Amino acid sequence: MRTDDLIAMLSTNVEAIDRRQVWRTQVRAFALGALVALGAGLVALGGRTDVGSNTALGFIAIKLIFAMTITALAILYLSRSARPAGSSRGSLAFVLLPFAGIVGLASISLANAPAARWQIMLMGDEWLECLLSIPIIAVVPFALVVWAVRQAAPTNLRRAGALAGLVAGGLSAAGYALHCTADSLPFVAIWYSGTIMLCTLAGAVLGPRLLRW
Amino acid sequence: MTTNEQELKSLMTAGLDGDGAAYRRLLERLSPHLRSYYRGRLARAGRGASEAEDLLQEALLAIHTRRHTYDQAELFTPWMYAIARYKLIDYLRRINASRGDLPIENVDDLTARADHDGVESSIDLRRLMTRLPAKMQRAIQYVKLDGLSVAEAAHRSGMTESAVKISIHRGLKAMTAAIKAEDKS
Repeated sequence: MRTDDLIAMLSTNVEAIDRRQVWRTQVRAFALGALVALGAGLVALGGRTDVGSNTALGFIAIKLIFAMTITALAILYLSRSARPAGSSRGSLAFVLLPFAGIVGLASISLANAPAARWQIMLMGDEWLECLLSIPIIAVVPFALVVWAVRQAAPTNLRRAGALAGLVAGGLSAAGYALHCTADSLPFVAIWYSGTIMLCTLAGAVLGPRLLRW
Repeated sequence: MTTNEQELKSLMTAGLDGDGAAYRRLLERLSPHLRSYYRGRLARAGRGASEAEDLLQEALLAIHTRRHTYDQAELFTPWMYAIARYKLIDYLRRINASRGDLPIENVDDLTARADHDGVESSIDLRRLMTRLPAKMQRAIQYVKLDGLSVAEAAHRSGMTESAVKISIHRGLKAMTAAIKAEDKS
């Protein structure tokens, strides 16, 4: 085939393109992913029943702020990295800020507690549940985000995959926070951060396979 | 190519608004650049002008089927180049999986050709179309090859207008996938 013939075909009757299409697809995937994660925390695992206490409410708030800040930053970067050329620009250092913040807070809280309490503050009773729940809850949001990102034709698949994993991990952690009763900052700093990073790593590994177009 | 940025971007913008003539000019303007880019890169891999033309046409199809991903707040040239480069890497990965020959004579061929004279690619549009479901074939035939409006095509094929549009979009995407599959074999 001659290239001129192809050009003639492609430019015959071109349809006007909806400018917001890519973003709308992504917003839909994020919203649906959030719904699934919240449903998993509230319904499948069961929401916390002790929300009457201020300590419980405070910790739910901290966990949600932590998870949602990560999600928001990841979405910001992903919306750019999902498109051609947007993929390789700029550093991703800002996504580390929430992690640094929670580790800082956790250190302060450990420093102010007797050493005998450290074990329970770090491990809680539910570290294993947290370790399993956040990655498992993240599976459906991850699939949704990957589906949306594919439509945007990313060209740096590892980076887009990692960010998709980070979004999914953040959404999942927010959902899990509604169930989790481990009220200690060191616990959040280790197990929430760790599992979210695990999701990010999985995204980076799977990205080149799942996001090819 | 930076001096062209403004012009290419305005052609692209008009094309996204449905201006076929501007869109055609855009693709015509891009082709020589892409051709020279691919010929240069493929020469290093010991591939010739016909492969470059295949790749150029694949890139044009990709630019077309992914044109909704262009964000007008951004520059056009980097967007286009990112797609071109992505297609090149994808192509090299594919042929590396199935290469045994390295025809050296093709490398000399290269400088003899100007970037404006395209050669015939090995891509056969008609043959690729036969691989598509009948619905997609009809939609592409009526609207993209015969030049009927979407409304006329919808009337003639008994499909809704949005079904015709979707069939064209999916059909062109499927054709790009079929080109890849042929390279592999």
